[in-house]
Amino acid sequence: MFHFGNIVRTKGDPKIVDSGTSLARPEDRLARALGWFSIGLGLAELFAPRRVTETLGMEGHETLVRAFGAREIISGIMSLSVDKNAGLWARVGGDGLDAAALISALTPDNPKKGNVALALLMIGGIAMLDYRAAQETKPKRPSPKARRRLYPDRSGFPKGLAAVKDRARQLTNGQARTGAPS
Amino acid sequence: MKALVWHGKEDIRCDTVTDPEIQDPRDAIIKVTSCAICGSDLHLFHNFIPGMLPGDIMGHETMGEVVEVGSGVDGKLKKGDRIVVPFTIICGECDQCKRGNFSVCETTNRKRQLGDKVFGHTTAGLFGYTHLTGGYPGGQAEYLRVPFADATHIKVPDGIPDEQLLFLSDIFPTGWQAAVHCDIEPTDTVAIWGCGPVGQMTIRSAILLGANQVIAIDCIPERLSMAEAGGATTINFETESVLERLDHLTDGRGPEKCIDATGMESHVMASQPDTLLDRAKQMVMLESDRPHVLREMIYVCRPGGIISVAGVYSGFSDKIPMGAFMNKGLTMRTGQTHVNRWTDDLLRRIEQGEIDPSFVITHTVPLERGPEMYQVFRDKRDSCVKVVLKP
Repeated sequence: MFHFGNIVRTKGDPKIVDSGTSLARPEDRLARALGWFSIGLGLAELFAPRRVTETLGMEGHETLVRAFGAREIISGIMSLSVDKNAGLWARVGGDGLDAAALISALTPDNPKKGNVALALLMIGGIAMLDYRAAQETKPKRPSPKARRRLYPDRSGFPKGLAAVKDRARQLTNGQARTGAPS
Repeated sequence: MKALVWHGKEDIRCDTVTDPEIQDPRDAIIKVTSCAICGSDLHLFHNFIPGMLPGDIMGHETMGEVVEVGSGVDGKLKKGDRIVVPFTIICGECDQCKRGNFSVCETTNRKRQLGDKVFGHTTAGLFGYTHLTGGYPGGQAEYLRVPFADATHIKVPDGIPDEQLLFLSDIFPTGWQAAVHCDIEPTDTVAIWGCGPVGQMTIRSAILLGANQVIAIDCIPERLSMAEAGGATTINFETESVLERLDHLTDGRGPEKCIDATGMESHVMASQPDTLLDRAKQMVMLESDRPHVLREMIYVCRPGGIISVAGVYSGFSDKIPMGAFMNKGLTMRTGQTHVNRWTDDLLRRIEQGEIDPSFVITHTVPLERGPEMYQVFRDKRDSCVKVVLKP
């Protein structure tokens, strides 16, 4: 079976014959997909804001769209990082801002209000995905109140801590007197 | 054979891979009897250190039995020998090896152009630790090829369990070197940040070297309890002020010696704004390391003191208080561990029952469960401090 990783193996090093189960869960893959989507959308908003505002009948708001694009890129990078949960919550917050901006454009005199409504629907769907991914990728660290095993008997000194300290004291005192190196 | 293989960020799998082969006359192949997950493996798990490629075998804490030797090993190893494999691959012949600076061996990094470019000069080849250090397959596997095996080994006697010897490969000499770098004197207070496996070994080393007082700083209760058992006075930085407690414990002078056993992934806390900023910058790739511990050590260390850095840093750290560092006349010593410089002495101490490094092991599982144990270790679940894997 072909494995991409085998292409870069140094000659003679072990190569993958059969790959085991991945640690990545479906929610991790969803987070990854949302992260890349966020970066793509952010780049479009950052570099083609006029196309966006024209589609939504929001001409004159290009700076706002650019700012939203920068936000999308940052939350996208965060969603792809180890701290994806923070990135996904940032995306949930961003969805709220997007929705607020779109609702403000949903006025009777906006000739593109149909597009705005469609965009709002899409935002709603994506927000649901963002929320689900954020919920499911919560870090699994034990809470501070969780029961823990403590290790008060693991000194690592078979002869006891006091004996080790005494021995070290004797040695260091001896060295101090003789000037021997440590 | 089975091996734990890196496939990408937070994706390590137990794969079936081809067996290693002798590639050079100085090689040996060992059948791995025990290996461990190191705290620095988590930096690779998180993909914080550049230079990993899908298909790389993880692991640099390994021991086993020699099953095959190359023609150039020159009788220094033979089939059936029991060895611990130091994580630094050494030639034993270059100028640095002759000086005992094994972790900066000039010969063993087979991708030295990368090392030269990134670090200015190459360092030693390491097992399972990115292509910057040679891209050598690691030892979380059933078999391991040991390059330069005539020099890269620690022969160990039968009759002592693997668990007591395995950590000669890395964390025990790493903790030891961190303490030795401090030139500990009988009146010294040694403060150690981080009570993970390296921190625990550092605490015991400082005690063995005769420190007057050892202070251990962490926030995980089970690690703090283990530190206390080893003779340290503990500070939980989530519930008390490190600065105030250190002041109190040193009559306001500050610890003479400070050891960083944390490295590039310092804990992030809302009450420490610099850690939040570091985390944000690390997320968007504006900073590779989170050096809160370095900053704090420089701030609290007694003027004229020594800062020893055992924790791994990978690239660039921001906002290091060089003014305080310079004006206080501090000395910093650091480096990957020159494992073989210390192991004769440490093996003797284990044989004489002075120390038993197996105290740190909290989980022993089959190799196949390695991937999930990366998560357990990372998340500090199930009171996990150290994981040993049995192929």
